[in-house]
Amino acid sequence: MGHPFRDVAIVGVHNTKQARVLEGHDSQSIALEAALGAIADAGLEPRDIDGVVGGIASNFLYQSRIGPAWRSMSPLGIPAVIEGAMAIACGLANTVLIATGEAGSYRQHASTAPWTRPTNEFVAAYGMFTAAEFALMARRHMHMYGTTPESMAHVAATIRNNGHVNPEAVYFGRGPFTAADVLESRMVADPFHLLDCAMTSEGGTALVLTRADRIDDTAKMPVFLLGGGTDHYGPSYQHPPVWDLGGVRRPDLIAGHVGRRAAEEAFATAGLGPSDVDVCEFYDPFSFELLRQFEAFGFCAEGEGGDYVMSGVIEPGGRHPITTDGGTMSFSHGGASVQLFQRVIRGVQQLRGECVSSQVADAEVAMCTGGGSGALFTDVLLLGKERP
Amino acid sequence: MTLLTPQSGDIPLPVPGPISGPYWQGCREGILRFQRCSDCGASTHTPALMCAACASMSLEWVDSSGRGEIYSWTRVWRPVTPAFVTPYVPIIVTMEEGWFILSNLVGCEDDAVAIGQPVEVVFHNSGGTDDIVLPYFQRA
Ligand SMILES: [Zn+2]
Repeated sequence: MGHPFRDVAIVGVHNTKQARVLEGHDSQSIALEAALGAIADAGLEPRDIDGVVGGIASNFLYQSRIGPAWRSMSPLGIPAVIEGAMAIACGLANTVLIATGEAGSYRQHASTAPWTRPTNEFVAAYGMFTAAEFALMARRHMHMYGTTPESMAHVAATIRNNGHVNPEAVYFGRGPFTAADVLESRMVADPFHLLDCAMTSEGGTALVLTRADRIDDTAKMPVFLLGGGTDHYGPSYQHPPVWDLGGVRRPDLIAGHVGRRAAEEAFATAGLGPSDVDVCEFYDPFSFELLRQFEAFGFCAEGEGGDYVMSGVIEPGGRHPITTDGGTMSFSHGGASVQLFQRVIRGVQQLRGECVSSQVADAEVAMCTGGGSGALFTDVLLLGKERP
Repeated sequence: MTLLTPQSGDIPLPVPGPISGPYWQGCREGILRFQRCSDCGASTHTPALMCAACASMSLEWVDSSGRGEIYSWTRVWRPVTPAFVTPYVPIIVTMEEGWFILSNLVGCEDDAVAIGQPVEVVFHNSGGTDDIVLPYFQRA
């Protein structure tokens, strides 16, 4: 069997303006702007789209009268990109639009953001939200391996400094930050300080995928899916986030290492390994998750993530620079789903060589991720310049 | 330092369902219950219809000793909603019977929490109603 994504290319990507508040926008309007931006980036017209992923993209289907068309309601983020690619590879669609956006849904900040708060009967009464869920994972790792708040703070400072120099980031110019700045910020959920955590903002984002035999008709350098995978243990934030949670099928793959199987499958499909990755567009809900991902994906041994991120590899110019636009800590965290696509968007921009900041020279392979241990899922996508 | 107490504000309370009903009924009676598989003996929580270890549908409700030890913890300073008083300390407890539960630590200073600390269950009607009683944990 040939490569599953050989006949698919990502040809359009677009982030709208991202901001703490986008005045005059709602989720529909900012997602529409994102969709049109990605279609224009691809050098295409709305009528070239014959497949969409996501509820808001479904609305675009009606508004632009491009139906009848293929539609998926796949969970957003990397699973949606993989499903869009599968639809093309299977011949269900020729050109797929994936778009989302969020604005106006969280502007009273007395409570944490709605997408961080579970309603489940076994967690809500105990004051749980995403920071506490992920903190329970991080604390266990600190106990087992001696991982330090300083190593987590170094991750947060590195990502925030990427945003500091990115004119497109919500927190452009807010730095530079040192690890000490992170450690001195107020505590949110021990061991996470405010600056160890994602922010909240508003924005839209979109991608366009098409058949690889149509790339001569598109405007920019195509980017290919070299491999991908998704690891899920069940619904997020309904059951205790236990590091050692295992399964009957693969008892060796515990929730603390969620994403390992997905990464193994992605690397196997691509014929690559961690040392081949030039850009690590890792999802950054909390600083700890970066060092955990390096362990889960096999960049370093279990328990060594703290030392690994302190060894000079994650900064601009390092061998595996992370989250180069500033991620959810500084670039944007546009709601329940927007930011779950933006590691992929950035990976495409890095391979095209068009980043306005922190461009990795001659990047050939980008690893993009989503999710995290506290949510009991991690998704992985490997992108490359060469058609597989 | 702050003495940790059960929450007493307008916090979101559980709405028992058909599967979890026996669990919350036990809490009302001052008994912490979990499910044990009649076929393979595995313990499970949160309430389920099927054994996670062997897929048997023969789960029976069993009274827990109520004792365990802290598996992981965090201390929250930014409350999820204004109804919660900070700091509060979410914990995961490994129960003696080999199952995990998420709860809050109460009855001690907030800096007295540690992984491995023995704890025991204590019940509070945090919502001001006797219909819902929540299991918390205190140092044993
Ligand atoms: Zn069983």
